[in-house]
Amino acid sequence: MGAAARPLHALNRVAFGPRPGDAARVRQIGVERYLEQQLDAASIAEPPALSERIAGLRTLHMTPVDLFREFQEPIRAAAKGDVAAQQAARRQARQVIDEAAEARIVRALYGPRQLQEVMTAFWFNHFNIFAGKGLCSIWTGAFEEEAIRPHTLGRFRDLLGATAMHPAMLFYLDNWQNTAPGAPGTHGKFDGINENYARELMELHTLGVNGGYTQTDVIALAHILTGWGLVKGGAGNGQPPHGGMGLREGSGDAALPGNPWWRRSTQAGGGRARRPDGSHGPVGPCGFYFDPPRHDFGGQTLLGHQIAGGGIAQGERALDILARSPATANHLSYQLAQYFVADNPSNKLVSRLAARYQASDGNLRDVLATLFSSPEFWDPHCYGVKFKTPYEYAISAARAVGAEVINVRPLTGTMAQMGMPLYGCPTPDGYKNTAAAWLNPEAMMMRLSFATALGAGRLPLERGPGDNPAPMAGVKHPERVRQVEFNGASAAPDAAQLALTLADAFSPRTADAVEAAPIQLRTPLILGSPEFMMR
Amino acid sequence: MAKRCGDSEERADGGRARGLGRREFIRAAAALTAAGITLIGPHAWAARALGDGPSRKRLVVVFMRGAVDGLNVVVPTGDGPYYEQRPTIAIPRGGDGGAINLDGHFGLNPALDGLMPYWNDGTLAFVHACGSPDPTRSHFDAQDFMESGTPGVKATSDGWMNRVIAALPGAHGPTAAVSLGPTVPRILSGAMAVANIPLGRAADHPMPLDNPKIEDAFDRLYDGRDALSRAYQEGRVARQRLLGDLMADMREADNGAPGPAGFGNDTDRLARLIARDPGIRLAFAALGGWDTHVSEGSNKGQLTNHLKPLGDGLASFARQLGPAYDDTVILVISEFGRTVHENGNGGTDHGHGNVMWVMGGPVRGRRVYARWNGLDPGSLYQERDVPVTTDFREPIGQVLGVHMGLGAPALGRIFPGAPAASGNTSGLIKA
Repeated sequence: MGAAARPLHALNRVAFGPRPGDAARVRQIGVERYLEQQLDAASIAEPPALSERIAGLRTLHMTPVDLFREFQEPIRAAAKGDVAAQQAARRQARQVIDEAAEARIVRALYGPRQLQEVMTAFWFNHFNIFAGKGLCSIWTGAFEEEAIRPHTLGRFRDLLGATAMHPAMLFYLDNWQNTAPGAPGTHGKFDGINENYARELMELHTLGVNGGYTQTDVIALAHILTGWGLVKGGAGNGQPPHGGMGLREGSGDAALPGNPWWRRSTQAGGGRARRPDGSHGPVGPCGFYFDPPRHDFGGQTLLGHQIAGGGIAQGERALDILARSPATANHLSYQLAQYFVADNPSNKLVSRLAARYQASDGNLRDVLATLFSSPEFWDPHCYGVKFKTPYEYAISAARAVGAEVINVRPLTGTMAQMGMPLYGCPTPDGYKNTAAAWLNPEAMMMRLSFATALGAGRLPLERGPGDNPAPMAGVKHPERVRQVEFNGASAAPDAAQLALTLADAFSPRTADAVEAAPIQLRTPLILGSPEFMMR
Repeated sequence: MAKRCGDSEERADGGRARGLGRREFIRAAAALTAAGITLIGPHAWAARALGDGPSRKRLVVVFMRGAVDGLNVVVPTGDGPYYEQRPTIAIPRGGDGGAINLDGHFGLNPALDGLMPYWNDGTLAFVHACGSPDPTRSHFDAQDFMESGTPGVKATSDGWMNRVIAALPGAHGPTAAVSLGPTVPRILSGAMAVANIPLGRAADHPMPLDNPKIEDAFDRLYDGRDALSRAYQEGRVARQRLLGDLMADMREADNGAPGPAGFGNDTDRLARLIARDPGIRLAFAALGGWDTHVSEGSNKGQLTNHLKPLGDGLASFARQLGPAYDDTVILVISEFGRTVHENGNGGTDHGHGNVMWVMGGPVRGRRVYARWNGLDPGSLYQERDVPVTTDFREPIGQVLGVHMGLGAPALGRIFPGAPAASGNTSGLIKA
């Protein structure tokens, strides 16, 4: 790849595209230095304005236990009350996911540790949970903050362990109810094996679907993970032990309307959680709880490895085995190569990354360093070949025009409209990042609508939360659209500046089309150009 | 600048705009759309304007993503093990809240009572113990196989419904195949163009591109034959055409009662589009929420809550189709079934065989088609799941052959490597 293209390429792949001045800055310090800095996120200072804004998102810094108390208990209490009280409690709880989304987006827009932001989105998606499922509505932000973000450039085993012990994951994939058949702690609906998490842990999180495991392994792993659950209450005096959150047996789709689990569960809660003093297991910092009376202490065979009988250590050992498996190395390497290089990455590159993964015992920073110095990453044929996902498109567009985003809803609304709602993928496989998944006629129409609204300065990004921040408000009515284009919008981003930000890297066709367009349409055209659809 | 990988792909869908340049074609279609609305009326314009083939036969596929528990949809009330294995989630045999008797052996989940008129008039059938022969219990692999139409073969790049578009004579208009939702699902992906119908209230919002000056500017940007340009051009044509339908639709909807929420609303709109636009030959919609590992419930609960709007939505869809129902087959499919036994959490885990729903005027209904071996442990797949005794491609192949009029060579391209028919679903579609 020619020297001129390299800074923009790096910014498009390692960051969410350039902000004004970024390309010049990377050219100045050199691409290699830029990549080194990005790989050492801690060395990059965060601007105080961003730190303050993040600090101001109160619920982002709460533990799952505290979130449960503050936002779920009122919903539970209001269930006995009138409809207005229930709606109010739900509205309160809604604040939690809104703040999580705001944190994610403003960091992606303004955070200088761009690789960390890219990897946070990547690994969240890899370990996807769905904010629409019950308690995940209040725990999704905590999951990202506690289990994903701190480990994105560290060891995969730490990332894996943090997700495996996070209440949000245990709830999302049902493992919190996974119980050894006939175990002394069996009660109510905690009465047998639930394979859901064990299967996805191997299929999606580690080995990959062709990673060589069988149904027997799924069942063995499910047994190993029995008792991995949430802090719970109902121990005799009604006080939750261990600062617990009072989750009771039968807790299901907590925040889903029409599913009042707490009503049918309170009875079971009083009598069943007793256990001899000291028999409880460790409590994680985030509300993880290992419940020995529901665990299968028998030995298991997993992927040919003997796992001796025991408690929580069996699960830790299983995670070690999974994290160190060559199948995992391959699966993760393929996904990283697909994200950073091309939809169909070469086997050669994937093998090289997998070897690095194995040699470094799953050090993700090392794997990325290898990737960023690979000939494949810099292959001219791989320049601009990744079709941006809706998330990447919206974020990169707002970055490129240097938008002052006070209100993130026009951006989250756009992502949702394009089929990629933030925290809204219901299935554990997450969103794809290939052109096959996202390039279609309707997607083009929606992207160009967004490009036109943003490029004309008509997205309500600068409004306060109370100012009716309807997403895409500027494009709903044709008469307003006409005003958008031809009355001239004061806040419209400047096309010449935008072209400079994007290093003037346009094909003759795009350059001609922009040149030929009325001046108000030039920014929309650049944002809607093929060059900007790709990264 | 370096070469772009995406620019070199070409594909073989040339027939559509023959004789007109792309941009001229887009403009012509746009003009005809406008003319259709103001001059010749919404029912007539599409057929006249674009000269689709004479066939009005349609296929609608609804995919229940997440593996619906078919044993609680079409309930084997005649099998004792069903009740033994499901102490808390079985649907009772009869009575209030019990399964609605279908054929003495099977009963229908009472949440689907809205479909009983179609069962009774003989246009609703089920195929039980149906599914993919591939043993995977991964949702994603199983869905992938059911959408590619090639179980066990991962390399298939397109979806079987896209191959159907290619095989249908004259079905090459921009709206020959439509998908509900903003993305193109695997089952419809491939070389042939597919139109998306946006869901919810956003569906009929005008777009900036409806403004001719803006459109003109973007037309210059996307006048090539690269993948993005083709997507743009197809998007413009489909938009013009669907916009015309949607505007007519809104006018009519104002006269009627508001539709039911969610799925019903969107499928109602799809039904009216189909009823109006004879160019639409294939349609697809997907619904999630069926992965009931926990608290599945019996005749009350999670599964039933999800089935109710689907059943009512399909009934409403059939009504909205009007006379077009006689030419439409609706298939409801899911990637695999669920365990016969309920698990430790009042739910069911991933299984194997499932039930397919087949509805529409051409269907020889009021019958559960199945080679049913009962639910004794010895008859189960791996001693836990309903076996697959009918490959999912067999009933679909009948729909495509008898209903859509495709011959054996086309079917061979759509489902390469499909096994010989078992005969379990003979007569499913009226000749």
